[in-house]
Amino acid sequence: MSAAPAAQAAAPARRRQRRMSKPALYVVASLGLLVMATPFLWMALSAFKTKKDLTASPPVWLPSEWTLQNFRDLLDQLDMPQYFLNSVIVAVLVTVCNLLFCSMLGYALAKLNFTGRSKVFGIVLAALMVPANLMVLPLFVLINQLNLLDTYAGLVLPFAAAAFGVFLMRQFMQAIPDELLEAARMDGAGEWYIFWRIVIPLVKPALATLTIFTFLGSWNNFIWPLIATNDPEKYTLPVALATFANDPNRTVGGANGMLMAGSLLVVLPVLVVFAVLQRHFTQGIATAGLK
Amino acid sequence: MSTTTPTPARSGAVKAPGGAPDGPGGRRRKRSMGKQNLAGWLFSTPFLVLFGVFMLFPIVATLLMSFTDFGQRHVRRPLEAEFVGFDNYVKLFGDEQFLKALFNTAYFVVVGVPLTIGLGLLVAILLNNGIDRARTFFRVGFYAPVVTTIVAVAIVWRFVLDPSDGLIAGLGAELGFTAPDFLGSETWAMPSLIAMAVWRNLGTVMVLMIAGLQAIPAEVREAARLDGANAWQELRRITVPLLRPTLLYTTVITTIGYLNVFEEPFVMTQGGPSDATLTVSLDMYKQGFSFFNMGYASAMAYVLFVVIMAITVLQLRLMKDNTK
Repeated sequence: MSAAPAAQAAAPARRRQRRMSKPALYVVASLGLLVMATPFLWMALSAFKTKKDLTASPPVWLPSEWTLQNFRDLLDQLDMPQYFLNSVIVAVLVTVCNLLFCSMLGYALAKLNFTGRSKVFGIVLAALMVPANLMVLPLFVLINQLNLLDTYAGLVLPFAAAAFGVFLMRQFMQAIPDELLEAARMDGAGEWYIFWRIVIPLVKPALATLTIFTFLGSWNNFIWPLIATNDPEKYTLPVALATFANDPNRTVGGANGMLMAGSLLVVLPVLVVFAVLQRHFTQGIATAGLK
Repeated sequence: MSTTTPTPARSGAVKAPGGAPDGPGGRRRKRSMGKQNLAGWLFSTPFLVLFGVFMLFPIVATLLMSFTDFGQRHVRRPLEAEFVGFDNYVKLFGDEQFLKALFNTAYFVVVGVPLTIGLGLLVAILLNNGIDRARTFFRVGFYAPVVTTIVAVAIVWRFVLDPSDGLIAGLGAELGFTAPDFLGSETWAMPSLIAMAVWRNLGTVMVLMIAGLQAIPAEVREAARLDGANAWQELRRITVPLLRPTLLYTTVITTIGYLNVFEEPFVMTQGGPSDATLTVSLDMYKQGFSFFNMGYASAMAYVLFVVIMAITVLQLRLMKDNTK
């Protein structure tokens, strides 16, 4: 729906004989951007609307009266701080594990000659392509058998070392000159020392990229936390929000404002972090995606 | 590991694992190789252990489960599940709900993938040619939906599409048309989900395409322009052919992602109305985790996997042949 206007807007670009003029280009791009941003704007504005504005037909864009009631109701009915904490704990643990494990294997694959290296790399490439559907059923049984349902460990362990991270780190580490590592080896440095003191400081930009991707991936992860938690105490933000949204018992009308407020609270930190660190995103995608 | 003794002069010639020529100093190199062997495996261990337990084991287990009657009581006692041969697979292809889910998934892919790739390419070309001011602003804007939680996105879209007080209904009222009950109608529910998916995934394609576009040498474009090529000719004869690897890659990953589509229908429609948006992944999830027919759901997972593999291989073949 939102895509169609963008297509129509961009279509004249093809037919023109001459290249589009600068202002026209900006108008088209801005229209596209507006379509992309509309759902976000709608969410942000609705979060501050009163019940009357929310159910107005036809709908109103700007709240006739700005209110924080939706946020108050939300905090009243849902234990948002607990869900927020759960999301943060899981995301931090997943990120720390990935930073360590992925750069370890990335280093081995990029800079150590060991028998079976190409096989290990083959495993990493294969793991990149495996869809979650293929694992999720037995994974649930396994986590249940290990008594890890409703625990942070159960939420973190299946995501503790992603193939994507290994691939990313390997790509970056390959650019480190061998001479540097050779010199350290000649000086008597062990592999762990070289990895920790020489390689890691050199790949800080890659670690930044990996941190953002992993943290966000975990923050936005939905299916697994939904499956691996039954106890609301251990819900992450998306699970709590989805459960609330799909709850047939929630009161209609007022709950819509709460849902918008909740969505805003989940999305806003992500958008801010993303806007600040966007350079690392595009770099990461381009590197891991195309090499 | 940190007590490794010095390993002198490993020549730069040693690159391929195991394939090193044994020149002078070969013995020392072998010792160094031994050290690196140990270190290499130690550095690989955490990943390999996690991969083995949480990925390889479940993949194999799903295959085994698909040949059993694995049900709710087996969650506690997995080994008591009974082997039923190909029953689950036979049942699948007589299961009208599953066939509907297959059709819906195909619908989602066939319409959604070209739209996503096409629009992503258009936006990338637009932003790459001539937008220099506020370039970051535009890119962040188009990419933002990718980084936001699907749950929040779905909730917002539900209200955008709401037939009574939704945004589109409101626009319709002002422009004089009546918006359909998008998510409540069997005709409109799937196109609505596709629109949302395109909106959400456009940014990924755009970023990859921009990276691809920037790899095309400026000289090639300039030469084309000097020869009098217009924008459309430049797009068809220069940009698209030179962008083929990127196009191939984005098409393949977008197709794989869309074949696995789950979250959009799960949060927006729960598969309804009357299974109009039930996809294979959602059907699998419902069978597995709502009805605990886990053996049956495992068979679905493998059927979907085989379909994905076949389509990926096909795409790689087709698009490679075109370059010849």
